[in-house]
Amino acid sequence: MHLVYPLALASLLFSIGMYGVLARRNAVLVLMSIEIMLNAVNINFVAFNAYWQDNLLQGQIFALFVITVAAAEVGVGLAIVLLIFRNRESIDIDALHELGDSAAPPRALTTTRPDAEPQLEHRG
Amino acid sequence: MLTLADAVRDVSYRDTNPTEVIFILLGLVAIGSAVLVVTTRNVVRAALWLVVTLAAAAGSYLMLAAEFVAWVQVLIYVGAVVVLLLFGIMLTKAPIGREQGLDGENRIAGAIVALAAAGTLVTLMVDAFRNQYVDLNGGAAATTAKTGEALFQAYVLPFEVVSVLLLAALIGSIVLSRQDDEGVR
Repeated sequence: MHLVYPLALASLLFSIGMYGVLARRNAVLVLMSIEIMLNAVNINFVAFNAYWQDNLLQGQIFALFVITVAAAEVGVGLAIVLLIFRNRESIDIDALHELGDSAAPPRALTTTRPDAEPQLEHRG
Repeated sequence: MLTLADAVRDVSYRDTNPTEVIFILLGLVAIGSAVLVVTTRNVVRAALWLVVTLAAAAGSYLMLAAEFVAWVQVLIYVGAVVVLLLFGIMLTKAPIGREQGLDGENRIAGAIVALAAAGTLVTLMVDAFRNQYVDLNGGAAATTAKTGEALFQAYVLPFEVVSVLLLAALIGSIVLSRQDDEGVR
């Protein structure tokens, strides 16, 4: 088999996953797009494993590790998404800019405790 | 610089063998369903198209003589990860039907970036590996026995580390998603 076929397939799948990560607003859909990107990388690993005729099967073993880590990632990621949903009643990623230094006026955040430190000046 | 058209004009690309034909068909299925995953307006359908994408990827692993990876892909991804994603869709109370506003404002920018990345990557790959050929009959075929030997002889330590990582992720997700007893959510 020509090496170009799996490599082109992996490149296209990676780009599709990249579009999904950039364009989607639903956090679960972003996780799905990340899975597509990880699969594209795995196709590369397996293809180069076959290309180098590796006796230690490094490419395949690493693909297995990537699959395992992806399973762990999707578990923790969904737990985080669930937490965000419980706190915000929404999993719209574009609406989550507490951590960003955005120009948009911040929404009412959590209730301020009486002993809370005074808010710093917003330096835009 | 040689481009895709030059590669297609290359003589060796005209006589494709059945393995390549099956691989190309599987690749077309994977790409088509992946496009549907990232464009459909229905969240549940996106998860179900993801099954098709992952199964086609598993088939392409089989075509690349990696049978254990292919079946692990079917077991873990199609069996477990997609079910987990469907649970996530249910627990976040996504509407089952069509839904507006699944795509953000930066959709156009995302499309431009993705198209640029696809063009660059495919051009680079075709230019760099145009003449390379994978010999699938020359001992590269990895049976499950060979993969198991490699996994449990040369890669025992990373294997155990990964299992500890999975345990840590499991505990972490349980701790994160557990509801406290005092009603404080």
